Amino acid sequence: MALDRWIALILLGVCLAYGYAAWFTMDANLAPFMRRNPIWPSTFPKVLSILGIISTSIVLLGFEKSEAKEPDVDYRRLGEYHVGQALMLLALMVIYAICLRPLGFLFSTSAFLILGAYTLGERKWHVMLPIALIAALGVWYLVQQVLGIYMRPLPGFIGV
Amino acid sequence: MLEGLLIGLQTAFSIQNLLMVIAGCLIGTFIGMLPGLGPMSIIAIMIPVAISMGDPSAALILLAGVYYGAIFGGSTSSILLNAPGVAGTVASSFDGYPMAQQGKAGKALTIAAIASFAGGTIGAILLMIFAPALSSVALIFHSAEYFALMVVGLSAIAAFAGTGQVAKAMIMTLLGLIMATVGEGALFNMPRFTMGIMDLQSGFGFITLAMAMFALPEALFLVLKPKNLQGDEGEIKDLRITRTEAKAIAPVIGRQSLQGFFIGVLPGAGATIASFLGYAVERNIATKDEQEQFGKGSIKGLAAPESANNAACTGSFVPLLTLGIPGSGTTAILLGALIALNVTPGPRLMIDEPQIFWAVIMSMFIGNLVLLILNLPLIPYIAKILAVPRNYLIPFILFFTLMGAYIGQNNATELLLLVGFGICATALKFADYPLAPLLIGFILGGMMEDNFSRAMQLYDGIGFIWERPMTLGLLVIAAILVVLPSYRARRAKHRAAGVADGD
Repeated sequence: MALDRWIALILLGVCLAYGYAAWFTMDANLAPFMRRNPIWPSTFPKVLSILGIISTSIVLLGFEKSEAKEPDVDYRRLGEYHVGQALMLLALMVIYAICLRPLGFLFSTSAFLILGAYTLGERKWHVMLPIALIAALGVWYLVQQVLGIYMRPLPGFIGV
Repeated sequence: MLEGLLIGLQTAFSIQNLLMVIAGCLIGTFIGMLPGLGPMSIIAIMIPVAISMGDPSAALILLAGVYYGAIFGGSTSSILLNAPGVAGTVASSFDGYPMAQQGKAGKALTIAAIASFAGGTIGAILLMIFAPALSSVALIFHSAEYFALMVVGLSAIAAFAGTGQVAKAMIMTLLGLIMATVGEGALFNMPRFTMGIMDLQSGFGFITLAMAMFALPEALFLVLKPKNLQGDEGEIKDLRITRTEAKAIAPVIGRQSLQGFFIGVLPGAGATIASFLGYAVERNIATKDEQEQFGKGSIKGLAAPESANNAACTGSFVPLLTLGIPGSGTTAILLGALIALNVTPGPRLMIDEPQIFWAVIMSMFIGNLVLLILNLPLIPYIAKILAVPRNYLIPFILFFTLMGAYIGQNNATELLLLVGFGICATALKFADYPLAPLLIGFILGGMMEDNFSRAMQLYDGIGFIWERPMTLGLLVIAAILVVLPSYRARRAKHRAAGVADGD
């Protein structure tokens, strides 16, 4: 089974769960006066769930034949690509999200930029360090001073 | 209309807004040139900046400038490197790259700039004529028709998705609509589908979703499969075109600007389809000798897609500004930005806030002019950005997507959502699911449900569908749009099978 049909199967599951929530769990705690309304909070989701189940089934059962074409990036040849680098960068993004508040913007950002470039194979530290520091300071200045959105610059234990 | 023009001129010619146009065009050109980053990603990255400016006219002017710049920048990398930065400029590389190989890169860039300028300007004039007319018609629409119109728009986007893609585009649209129902709606004061998670109470963030759908997968694809960005280090010179060449491309530009504009107005079509169609049409109507030249460096073959895609970009503003319904991923992002700035585009926009409407149109003229005068002499230098090493580029793109999501919500959970959705979007992209319909569905979802609910309440049930002929008509059109592509594909298959049997 091709990837697009696997995904259709997963999405069918999503639609079924969504439909279950809309059809069977939402109406129970509806206030009595709202029951007289022609439209309930669950009406629109109910329609969507049915349409979703129909269209995912069409792809899952392969009713619509699509011509095979050569995609730009082919998942069947994933092994030839830099999967490790991509996964590392995603992991870095998650770590950045977790560290942004506790460690402060300046440290997290420069670390993210340096480690990101390092992951991609950059080894010129004398270029990487200044670029990352200048970018972190510059963006912090723009966001905090020009746009006026507060971002904690330094780690929480040092101050502000 | 004259009054409106004056208001627009006044707003657009303020120092701040002029700077916005210039900044937008430059940023768009720079980033649009990088292969793999389309206008949607660039606009998504720029949105937090635009929203925090607080002035809707300035924000829209900035974003529109970025949009034009991105398309223009995309054609530069198509011509110089045969690596289109934007899907809408793929057709420009058919003849632009051969010209560059023949050492006529400067001439190709000049033709591209002139054709883009003409396409954008003619498009803006048509927009000035058609938008007010269309919005006065739209004023008689009720919520029932609005609902039906959105159904038509969404079906058209699915229908134009291409052979074998209609069902996939439908799924994506529905998924977007489903995601829009998460959180607390305006009509019912109760949280829906939040699974008890507090952070989902206000629904998914639109910027987070836009970043996750476009910028993140594109950046990841650049990591997975590095594209070769090394162009010829040749000098770009001889920017001039001759009088005979100008005469040859003038009618092409005129025709394709008109055709491109009207294709751009249709929901779901847009710059990409307009440019390919423009190229095909011009090749078919060219003389035999000229047809030989197509694909080998024909100036007509370059001028056609360039004027068509810019006119289509302008055309796609018509449904956005008059009906408040975006027809493409890019205009959907613009709509999201406008809503965040407390402006609701639609037929009342021209009456309630004429300065926004007219300032945007005026800024289109200015933007096109800026692109022409600023970029022509600067092209050789701007092209240098193609030499930025990807080791630095990619971390920065990822950082800007993170920043965009964070600034919008000031919430670190949003960043985890961004990464999660980004991974899902990459998987979907692998499986050839179109991502733009999801975002369009997500943005239209709330409005669609509101209008549906209002119509249901007014008519006390589903009766509005057959009691209002216009609603019924629109819904029938929507149904035909969805069914037609698969019917035609089936018939073509039957016919092909019959021929095979006959042999």
